[in-house]
Amino acid sequence: MKRRALFAGLAGAAFAGPAWAANGAPTPGGIDFQAPATAVMRDIVDFHNFLLPIIVVVSAFVLLLLLWVIVRYNRRANPNPRKFTHNIFVEVVWTIVPVLILVVIAWRSFPLLYEEERIPSEAEYTLKVTGNAWNWTYEYPDLGVQITSVMLPEEDAIAAGRPRLLATTEPLFVPVDATVRVLVTSNDVIHAFAVPAFGIKEDAIQGRVNETWFRVESSMIGGQEYFYGQCSELCGKDHAFMPIEIRVVSREQFNQWVGAQGGWIPSEPAPATAAPVAPAATPTR
Amino acid sequence: MSHEAAHAEAHGGGDHRPSLYDWKRWVYSTNHKDIGTMYLVFAILAGLVGGAMSGLIRWELAEPGIGVLTGLPWVADVEAAKHYYNTLVTYHGLIMIFFVVMPAMIGGFGNWFVPLMIGAPDMAFPRMNNISFWLLPASFTLATISMLVPGANGLLGFGGGWTLYPPLSTAGHDGPSMDLLILSIHIAGASSILGAINFITTIFNMRAPGMTLHRMPLFVWSILVTVWLLVLALPVLAGALTMLLTDRNFGTQFFNPAGGGDPVMYQHLFWFFGHPEVYILILPGFGMVSQIVSTFSKKPVFGYLGMAYAMVSIGFIGFIVWAHHMYTVGMGLDLEAYFIAATMVIAVPTGIKIFSWIATMWGGSIDFKVPMLWAMGFIFLFTVGGVTGVVLANSGVDTAMHDTYYVVAHFHYVLSLGAVFTIFGGFFYWIPKMSGYRYNGFLAGLQFWLMFVGVNIVFFPQHFLGLQGMPRRTIDYPDAFAYWNQISSIGYVITIIGVLLFLVILAEMFLVRRKAGANPWGEGANTLEWTLSSPPPFHQFSELPVIKPDTHH
Repeated sequence: MKRRALFAGLAGAAFAGPAWAANGAPTPGGIDFQAPATAVMRDIVDFHNFLLPIIVVVSAFVLLLLLWVIVRYNRRANPNPRKFTHNIFVEVVWTIVPVLILVVIAWRSFPLLYEEERIPSEAEYTLKVTGNAWNWTYEYPDLGVQITSVMLPEEDAIAAGRPRLLATTEPLFVPVDATVRVLVTSNDVIHAFAVPAFGIKEDAIQGRVNETWFRVESSMIGGQEYFYGQCSELCGKDHAFMPIEIRVVSREQFNQWVGAQGGWIPSEPAPATAAPVAPAATPTR
Repeated sequence: MSHEAAHAEAHGGGDHRPSLYDWKRWVYSTNHKDIGTMYLVFAILAGLVGGAMSGLIRWELAEPGIGVLTGLPWVADVEAAKHYYNTLVTYHGLIMIFFVVMPAMIGGFGNWFVPLMIGAPDMAFPRMNNISFWLLPASFTLATISMLVPGANGLLGFGGGWTLYPPLSTAGHDGPSMDLLILSIHIAGASSILGAINFITTIFNMRAPGMTLHRMPLFVWSILVTVWLLVLALPVLAGALTMLLTDRNFGTQFFNPAGGGDPVMYQHLFWFFGHPEVYILILPGFGMVSQIVSTFSKKPVFGYLGMAYAMVSIGFIGFIVWAHHMYTVGMGLDLEAYFIAATMVIAVPTGIKIFSWIATMWGGSIDFKVPMLWAMGFIFLFTVGGVTGVVLANSGVDTAMHDTYYVVAHFHYVLSLGAVFTIFGGFFYWIPKMSGYRYNGFLAGLQFWLMFVGVNIVFFPQHFLGLQGMPRRTIDYPDAFAYWNQISSIGYVITIIGVLLFLVILAEMFLVRRKAGANPWGEGANTLEWTLSSPPPFHQFSELPVIKPDTHH
């Protein structure tokens, strides 16, 4: 593989169009989260936006104290050191105030945890994700669909104007505005299924089935179709080369895709509960 | 021996120490100062190796694509390069932890200054001290061999990360490399446990008259807490490693789900060791910073008892937060909630320490000598690493950051910019005592600023990469991550200049030989080691010092 000049990839991005210039993939030079596509990720971003000022203020406060000490109590400014070693008041303050800050953080933190980890009972689709060294197998067990998604070779990705190391041979289709329960497991070593814009990351471990969920909101993605993630647990030689590519589509397109994959369309033999109830429901908090 | 010791005391430094070039002095050594010196030399050499590995990592990541590692003469092709990158990440971590930070802090400074600070003639078990040290080169040799023999599918070395998670470390690496690595870490662990027993015995039994526990310098407190953590945590690691070894070689199924085992069980065992381990890496640094800040502010440590017991409580809480390293393994919801709460509690004693250091400086008359620069740099950068730790403690948001560069940035802020800064601080604080010579203060100050700027440029942008979703431990990355990766690699170049300057400072110091005198730091340096000559006599305190009540707080 030849070296490329820095940012050559960015030129390629221009050809890729909105599929990777907008959210759903990392932004060149970006310093913040990828734009959220689910309510969970939006709440993660909100929580982080709540934490960030706190940690910046704490760090800045410590820095200011240090600068003050440097200016005021250097050898020239203060030739005669004082000898105090105790001050009950400040000691109580710097114990109690951090405790209060942490309590406030925890008060915001736990609801988010429960939102992420409680699988909504009205989940409409079940997606089974199996990590292999080094690709992903996706299965909709209820729809009779199974595909294996391998990274698109670099040359092909560049030729097609698609993001290098993120594009795959076969993206996973996911219906928009539908709650999807994700079951994650592995055939061999530990992998981790992660899609940053969805706010999900779940270890894929042989012999156990982990559970998470997402619901891509059409109101949050602005027509964006492609969402990317990467394996997030070191899994051997090609750990860097087993991306996750998800294409979020309308239900009609999804059903077409299911049919094309040889599965059965969910609307016809569907269990009575599924179709009418789920789209309107929101996840329990 | 006693005659020689008395003679040495009488002449204050002109004692009859064996020649530097007598190999028996080092190989057979039972002298805590010689052993401490060997630990420090070992840590510096291992640090150069580990640092060179991080150089290869940053070089490879400077631009997208795989190009640097494939150019190395010992890397056959792209496939070998991918595996080699993983081995670099793995051995960089293991070397920095087991062969740099631990030997430098506990073996090096601990051996040198715990006996001196408590007024003891030597360690309690001098021969055990010898074997504690000499197990380390053996361990390092095994780790080196492990890097050179087949690991996975004929590719050399173990590339599964320093955490050695199965199944990648069992079925995933069929070659002998992993077995050698297990033996290596076993031996390093045995070395540490022997050392820890030695310190506990020394500190509990060999304090000079009047040196009560509550009058010990905070550095001795920090070592005491650290070695307790070692004694309690390392056997758990040894158990987990042994199970890996038997899973690999003798058909046991501890971590193999097909046989009823559980790979996640390994992670619990590993992190039950691993989390105390990160406090093992930083607590001695806390102790050194307390000594340095007090010395150069010419003020006693603020809130001595609070400082000591903050370390004890950090050590205790360190044992009950391990699973915050494993939020994504699919553990129970309420268990996750517990680990969030417990983890955030650590911020409280840590905050007490930060603010007490500042209060120690408050009202002081601060002399910004080189060790003080490192200590103050440490206080700020450790705060930055600490607050991102509070962010990561929250499982809800950790979902987005787990196994990304945000985590890499966090733990390098607390360890690379934290622990390593305290090691440099301690080194420049005590090297006049250890060698008897002064270093060039200008060069050493320059080194601090180079490294301060360099490591911040290396690691601060990694927060951005992590938030954007860049996973850890990947040899190549999507092109969108190129910008901050390049900045990060530029930071490495600045840092490495600082490291090379450090070697120049060492060489200059030993060539020019400016005499340091017993106490180069003045009135603020009032612990016992400064009452001795520089370097201290080969055997000190044949006549025990008596400590008066007001000496330390």
